[in-house]
Amino acid sequence: MNELVPTAAEAKQELLEIYPKKVRRKRETQILANDPEAPPVIGANSRTIPGIITQRGCAYAGCKGVVLGPTRDILQITHGPIGCGYYSWLTRRNQTVPDELGPENYMTYSLSTDMQEQEIIFGGEKKLKQAILEAYEIFKPRAIAICSTCPVGLIGDDVHAVAREMKETLGINVFGFSCEGYKGVSQSAGHHIANNQFFKHVVGQSERTVEGKFKINMLGEYNIGGDSFVIEDLFQRCGFTLVATFSGNACYEDMASSQQADLDLVQCYRSINYMAQMMETKYGIPWMKVNFIGAKSTAKALRKMANYFGDAGLIDRTEAVIAEELAKLTPVQAEVRGRCEGKLAMLFVGGSRAHHYQDLFTDMGMRVISAGYEFAHRDDYEGRNVIPTIKVDADSRNIEEIEVLRDPAAFRLRKTEEEKARLAEAGVLLGDYEGMMPQMDKNALVIDDINHYESEKMIELYKPDVFCAGIKEKYVVQKMGVPCKQLHNYDIGGPYAGFEGAANFYREIDRLVNTRIWKMITPPWLEKKNGESGPPLAARGPHHLAHLSRLAPEDD
Amino acid sequence: MLMKHTPEAVAERTALSINPAKTCMPIGAMYAALGVHACLPHSHGSQGCCAYHRSMLTRHVREPVMAATSSFTEGSSVFGGQANLLAAIENIFTIYNPQVIGVHTTCLSETIGDDLNQIIIKAQDDGKIPEGKYVFHANTPSYVGSHVTGFARMTKAMVDYYAEHDGTRNETINLIPGWVEPSDIRELKRLVAEMMLECITFPDQSDVFDTPQTGKMNMYPKGGVTVPLIKAAGNSEATIGLGPTASGLATEALEAKCKVPGQLLELPIGLRATDRFIAALRHFNGRYVPDSIIDERGRVLDIITDMHQYFHGKRVALFGDPDQLVAMTEFLVDLDMVPIYIITGTPGKNFDERISAVLGDLADQVIFKQGFGADQFYLHQLIKNDRPDLLIGTTHGKYIARDEDLPFLRFGFPIIDRCGHTYFPTVGYRGAMRLLEKMLDLFLDRKDRDAPEEKFELVL
Repeated sequence: MNELVPTAAEAKQELLEIYPKKVRRKRETQILANDPEAPPVIGANSRTIPGIITQRGCAYAGCKGVVLGPTRDILQITHGPIGCGYYSWLTRRNQTVPDELGPENYMTYSLSTDMQEQEIIFGGEKKLKQAILEAYEIFKPRAIAICSTCPVGLIGDDVHAVAREMKETLGINVFGFSCEGYKGVSQSAGHHIANNQFFKHVVGQSERTVEGKFKINMLGEYNIGGDSFVIEDLFQRCGFTLVATFSGNACYEDMASSQQADLDLVQCYRSINYMAQMMETKYGIPWMKVNFIGAKSTAKALRKMANYFGDAGLIDRTEAVIAEELAKLTPVQAEVRGRCEGKLAMLFVGGSRAHHYQDLFTDMGMRVISAGYEFAHRDDYEGRNVIPTIKVDADSRNIEEIEVLRDPAAFRLRKTEEEKARLAEAGVLLGDYEGMMPQMDKNALVIDDINHYESEKMIELYKPDVFCAGIKEKYVVQKMGVPCKQLHNYDIGGPYAGFEGAANFYREIDRLVNTRIWKMITPPWLEKKNGESGPPLAARGPHHLAHLSRLAPEDD
Repeated sequence: MLMKHTPEAVAERTALSINPAKTCMPIGAMYAALGVHACLPHSHGSQGCCAYHRSMLTRHVREPVMAATSSFTEGSSVFGGQANLLAAIENIFTIYNPQVIGVHTTCLSETIGDDLNQIIIKAQDDGKIPEGKYVFHANTPSYVGSHVTGFARMTKAMVDYYAEHDGTRNETINLIPGWVEPSDIRELKRLVAEMMLECITFPDQSDVFDTPQTGKMNMYPKGGVTVPLIKAAGNSEATIGLGPTASGLATEALEAKCKVPGQLLELPIGLRATDRFIAALRHFNGRYVPDSIIDERGRVLDIITDMHQYFHGKRVALFGDPDQLVAMTEFLVDLDMVPIYIITGTPGKNFDERISAVLGDLADQVIFKQGFGADQFYLHQLIKNDRPDLLIGTTHGKYIARDEDLPFLRFGFPIIDRCGHTYFPTVGYRGAMRLLEKMLDLFLDRKDRDAPEEKFELVL
């Protein structure tokens, strides 16, 4: 692999140069040259520096927007002023198809208490109760969730007490989320809050018996652009029974009966690992990190799942599905590889996608020269084994850690420690995630919580062929003449999961890096080969047009 | 059906807003501040507000939308955000080097009661604001008013902080264009120039949100009003404020502070509102209207007279912001179209009066509503009870349009599923022509789609 110019160390110096001392000291710990063998310690999940143009959002966005948002039949009421409910309304592209278990779909509705000054002064609980009653009257939902915004926590509204009271009154499940925007340091706090409440109030609530031999839950898959549909199709063809997805294309009943699964798959580790751990403790369901982004990763995940259950028929069917899919995909891969191989990519997004999408670029022969997360923790970079060494700071301490105990009635040990060890030997590692860094090149730059200034600088320094980020970065990057691929909303493309999704992504990146228009930005008369432009016509004086005016119609 | 849970029967709601026809103040403040040259808006609150506002504005303009945030944590929410804002000001000037920082508050910083005046003075005293640079602010608590109110307050803050009257008067006109698109401002300035007048326009998002693709990212594009120009606005001969909800506060403030006579007009959308705008300008240029403008007006009339049969009697449901709705309603009435529902989430009794005025005799046959309960859910219920021929509103309306199979004209903020609004104006005579064309396309495409074979016409 060619050494990049500038080197990681030089680039880091360039990025840090402009900063005031305090900012520099902090960013130094968040911009690192990678070592896949011994990942360096990264200063992740720390406070955003005031005044920095960050990619990050808030806890409400992580809770209501990310984890809760994709559920179609939990009626979600935002308790707060109108904005938060408005901005989180249909903006994340979570697709859903109502079915018999969950025929309702409330995702197209934005419900809010539209808090006014008088509620800020006198409290908003009364209005919240009334709003819940009105919502129930109109929608008759099976469950209502209340999402708190910043002022709610400050004025001391107790959304949980209101939820308990309304649950009693209405006889349906009502629960609250204290996901005020200022909690934690990013969306990540909201994920954790959402996990806790989902686990407490939804998981295990259903009496339904789920039939199926190889029952699984898919955690951390939000069905953006239809990814869940592709994954569901693969599961079905291989012979797995999907009990619930958290939370793409899922309904309440799915999630309420998810304790019956025998394996939890964790895709977006950052946003849902808490749930996996709690389910293992309470119900004895082991979890496995999977990645359905990228052809190799998808095949790997399916094989691991089949091996976990160890059923010969399941393993054969899974292999057959993989073979069938790869036969379709390989020609597409080969075709785009010819046009994309060796091109450079940078990914700065999310808490998982900056890792997952590297597999797709690798499939295409492209090189990821720099990557980082927006709201990840150290374990997302360095691997789960560093968790004991992570210092818990004040911002993390503010996020509730709920105590989960084994449920003697519902607990069922799926795999003994011996079985787990045997699986691990066979390459089926349970309850672990190795993180992004071990997979990246040596000396690739890993940048946590990248900001506007650093993004611009990185593009200037390396001129990547594609830069992956979100909507706020999209047009900044493209104004620099570099295509930007949005990995939050997929630029209204997708699905990108599984084999079918991989083909879509290859074609999309091929389109982006080979778009003709990028070569036409400089007008032909400014291209060097055309030399200097001449003097403006006006410099020749007005007389040169006089002969034309004689030919014009005369005024009356 | 994507809105299958919306019942036909309208029940009164007193606490629950469903599918709002408004959003919160700070996003308007951010949009306004971006109409100041080399200004970096700053959101004093949780970083999520800034992220949401930037995302929504970016989707609408498809351009870089730069803004910084105080990134409150739980600690700052308890102890106040002063330290965050002071650090932010220092970091912003060092790293991003804007000329101006336009700070707005959020529900969070307002609830805890941060005193922005005092913090900015402290920043000044501590030497955190470099020589020749500016920091100004507006209070925009999200639990009051709407996004339009936030815009109005930030525009007023420009006057409060910078406009000065040095005792002289010159022939410049101040143009406060309101919450419109860069294309609209470009068109308004063109009309002013055609009228041989000079104006100071603020805020001005042209050349900010319609910048060319050059392969170079310019964090501070060439557009926007400068602080010295806002200062000079205090010496202008007059102010024309367009759209009372968005521009009223600033127009009045300029009159109160610098004695610049202000005239508030409805947005010049449609024929007669544009006529009034031109008439107002004519007052300052010796009553001259160039042939070019008279011809443009004539072309608007020509389209209307040519195609009147397709407009006449068409019933319209509208939602959006007050200034846009009032002007559009007047235009529809002039076309012999029939507005039946007019909904805005932006609260204010003044809207009822203005809309009644433009509806004239029709007023008692029209359902119009502002403030709480005036949301898209309510509008959809009305539509289910009695169907219009056309829906006019912002992008979210497409869900109603699809369920009810209605032609849908995207108009207002936000438009996040089409492009064009930042490039092609809806104000002025040219804007009127564009609106006419868009409405005709909708009606005639539908006619072509729905006509039985024997009624399908080559010529329309």
